[in-house]
Amino acid sequence: MKLDAKIPEGPLAEKWEKHKFNVKLVNPANKRKYDVIVVGTGLAGASAAASLAELGYNVKAFSFHDSPRRAHSIAAQGGINAAKNYQNDGDSVFRLFYDTIKGGDYRAREANVYRLAQVSVNIIDQCVAQGVPFAREYGGLLANRSFGGAQVSRTFYARGQTGQQLLLGAYSALMRQIAYGKVKMYNRTEMLDLVVVDGQARGIITRNLITGEIQQHAAHAVVLATGGYGNVFYLSTNAKYSNATAAWRAHKKGALFANPCFTQIHPTCIPVSGDYQSKLTLMSESLRNDGRVWVPKTVEMAERLRKGEIRVSDIKEEDRDYFLERKYPAFGNLVPRDVASRNAKMMCDEGRGVGASGLAVFLDFSEIIQRIGVEGVSQKYGNLFAMYEKITDENPYEMPMRIYPAVHYTMGGLWVDYNLQTNVPGLYATGECNFSDHGANRLGASALMQGLADGYFVIPYTIGDYLANTPPKPVTTEHPAFQEAEAQVRERLQRFMGINGTRTPDEFHKALGHIMWEYCGMARNAEGLQHAKQAIQQLRKEFWSDLKVTGLNEELNQTLEKAGRVADFLELGELMVDDAYNRNESCGGHFREEYQTPEGEALRDDENYAYVAAWQYQGDNVPEVLHKEELTFENVKLTQRSYK
Amino acid sequence: MAGSNPNAKPMDLTLKVWRQRNRTADGQLVDYQVKNISPDMSFLEMLDVLNEDLLHKGEDPVAFDHDCREGICGSCNLYINGRAHGPEPGTTTCQLHMRKFKDGDTIVVEPWRAAAFPVNRDLSVDRSAFDRIIQAGGYVSVNTGGVPDANEIPVPKSIADRAFDAATCIGCGACVASCKNASAMLFVSAKVSQLALLPQGQVERKTRVENMVAQMDKEGFGACTNIGSCAAECPVGISLENIAILNREFLAAKATSNNLA
Ligand SMILES: Cc1cc2nc3c(=O)[nH]c(=O)nc-3n(C[C@H](O)[C@H](O)[C@H](O)COP(=O)(O)OP(=O)(O)OC[C@H]3O[C@@H](n4cnc5c(N)ncnc54)[C@H](O)[C@@H]3O)c2cc1C
Ligand code: SF4
Ligand code: FES
Repeated sequence: MKLDAKIPEGPLAEKWEKHKFNVKLVNPANKRKYDVIVVGTGLAGASAAASLAELGYNVKAFSFHDSPRRAHSIAAQGGINAAKNYQNDGDSVFRLFYDTIKGGDYRAREANVYRLAQVSVNIIDQCVAQGVPFAREYGGLLANRSFGGAQVSRTFYARGQTGQQLLLGAYSALMRQIAYGKVKMYNRTEMLDLVVVDGQARGIITRNLITGEIQQHAAHAVVLATGGYGNVFYLSTNAKYSNATAAWRAHKKGALFANPCFTQIHPTCIPVSGDYQSKLTLMSESLRNDGRVWVPKTVEMAERLRKGEIRVSDIKEEDRDYFLERKYPAFGNLVPRDVASRNAKMMCDEGRGVGASGLAVFLDFSEIIQRIGVEGVSQKYGNLFAMYEKITDENPYEMPMRIYPAVHYTMGGLWVDYNLQTNVPGLYATGECNFSDHGANRLGASALMQGLADGYFVIPYTIGDYLANTPPKPVTTEHPAFQEAEAQVRERLQRFMGINGTRTPDEFHKALGHIMWEYCGMARNAEGLQHAKQAIQQLRKEFWSDLKVTGLNEELNQTLEKAGRVADFLELGELMVDDAYNRNESCGGHFREEYQTPEGEALRDDENYAYVAAWQYQGDNVPEVLHKEELTFENVKLTQRSYK
Repeated sequence: MAGSNPNAKPMDLTLKVWRQRNRTADGQLVDYQVKNISPDMSFLEMLDVLNEDLLHKGEDPVAFDHDCREGICGSCNLYINGRAHGPEPGTTTCQLHMRKFKDGDTIVVEPWRAAAFPVNRDLSVDRSAFDRIIQAGGYVSVNTGGVPDANEIPVPKSIADRAFDAATCIGCGACVASCKNASAMLFVSAKVSQLALLPQGQVERKTRVENMVAQMDKEGFGACTNIGSCAAECPVGISLENIAILNREFLAAKATSNNLA
């Protein structure tokens, strides 16, 4: 298979303009003859569904949530980037492009990233017009803050609830189109398979989560905006229901899965407190603007602290190691996430971690509290501090926070070309669900930007190009491919119900998460990955012979839902391990211990690995085939990332 | 690390949980024992323990809604010991921790009860009425593209902050559940005042409030009699001031427009 990214010709800065001119248009009267399915109504899906409906297409939108407003996007805290340069501090489209490519450790496509930076400015306009209450300065203009991996202030925010406000904006646009009858919304409906007819995506099979009813839906094109797969690790900052099923089912129907091993471990999360832990809570990266990360200088002191023999306040200023400021004077506490996470792990591995388990470092606000007072800090971070206190029962105004890295975001996802189309014609992927823009590491505040760029400003153009080449004839579910896909879905559900074993879906999920975190987490090596592969295969066998699910299919059955998602995680997990094993280099969030510089930084191998690894499914328990999309860099020079 | 409270002892608790197979079935409170509950667990993690236990025994786990477990998605919605989201003010169910309870406690767990929120199963309810109220007008009618530059219309910080405060409503429905009339006024008013405060919301100001209030009535929510338990139980502190704004907006709209028959 030859992978064609369909990147338009011409200078970087003109590609998108030219492409928009060159794509075919569907004439306005014909648009209502096309049906488009959008699966997922988080930022990427709600924005796409609303925008496509505004253009005149008939949209059917699906979400397993009870309302689009509950999508995982709602939880994003810190902000959204845009190259507005409102602060006059030297930002530009090119700088945002450059920071994103560099931040991604040169494993993303130049053309996609440049377009992202270009449309970023329109997103902010759009959101403000919808009534999104961004933070403002006293003069009434929009405020900005800085985020990791950047030296300019380009992040727009709404206190610590930016994702909520952006999603409610997209949700309101979607609700408006539902009221107009242009979008039909299917809540609490889970896509369980993709239907491919004559090589083209033509529909989906769904299960109504309240009644268990299985349905077929046909359309001229299908857009997946179903989010990331960080929950492979069981514990992550993702919402509990976030899962990989839609993307994975599409993968098994032919869509390539790109860079599955590129996962982002976020440096500032509340540490694990016990076995019962069901998820991890992020403390927004924006806190690193003012919080200083440190551990005790000596192992001995850290030990005494852990045992409770001394208190934090007993550690004198000169006995504190602000290790990020020390090692990276230029960026300090604002180094990118992968760098911050790895350094926190190093400190803990050295025995200088804090908290009872030793798996935490301090994030200290005493300096900013002294500078602007408790009131000022509360203005900026009040809700985050309150959340921290609720979970840990400790007051961060008085004690430094304890934080530790946790799985947060997946840069990998369905392979898409410049048009956000997968290799299956008619199947598109947007938002966290695709792999397109963040390379091996995503910069903070760039996921919201990408989701909304894809949904508001890219897909509405590029999908038209495909539809214009598709006859505007009504589509139906008549084709046998629909019956076949439905039969497979039913058969699988019955299999879950029929095993009658002894272990719950959650138990399998936790076991998988443990393997993934241990061997395919913040640091990986060949030996560990080989071990993980076997362990996952074994676990999968046990899953299919010892799973326990009670109740019926024909009712709200959350155990059955969970079983399906865990079954898919058990397959995806193995592919992540294969991908990590294949990539004999370190880059961004993918750190192979064998490949590091003498200072312990990621050591890339641009000669052999400057490619997108796109995997093709071959059948259950058969190794997948790797396709490579070579990455060419014409506008940036590949260097070792330096934040010193 | 045993969190904040290393000396806190695990607890044994009795739960009385509402079980109801589906929307039309009869429901009842059923007693369960849970043991060895760490005070650092969240309330939902405690229910996870119960559910794993039930599953191992071959019984159906208790259905409940949740997702983010961070207090922001608005999914979780338990009525605990007679209070929406339980005993801790300003806290969603998912952010409620077991340290707020004592060993030996009996905890009653019920779904939101309101005619407009039918029970799906056990503790899960259908809140789609909220979506339909937003569909009636809870938006600014702008299409994608063709909008002015974001800094073209300055908004005084104090106004932006107030709009933000109203906009933080998570759509959980605790206001309805805690109101003896099952009124949705706090929810509706939060959206109405957010958009009434901002310049972007001005054009549709009158139709919006009329249409949203009409839809609210149609969904079968009760009337507001100004008792204020909604704001007292709202986990994100949506203030009663919003209801005052809604009433003002509604009267002004009615007095000056013929938008609705
Ligand atoms: C705690 C946290 C904080 C974050 N903060 C920031 C931040 O400050 N800035 C930033 O840029 N990014 C941030 N991110 C990342 C960002 O929030 C996400 O990457 C982004 O919101 C993903 O949006 P999405 O629309 O692609 O997917 P989601 O919001 O995950 O939406 C997925 C949608 O798909 C639906 N769905 C999935 N599978 C199916 C199926 N099989 N059938 C039917 N429906 C399905 C779901 O119902 C949902 O509607 C944060 C992430 C986390 C976890
Ligand atoms: S007003 Fe408060 S209680 Fe009511 S839905 Fe909104 S957040 Fe929940
Ligand atoms: S689970 Fe999201 S608010 Fe409680």
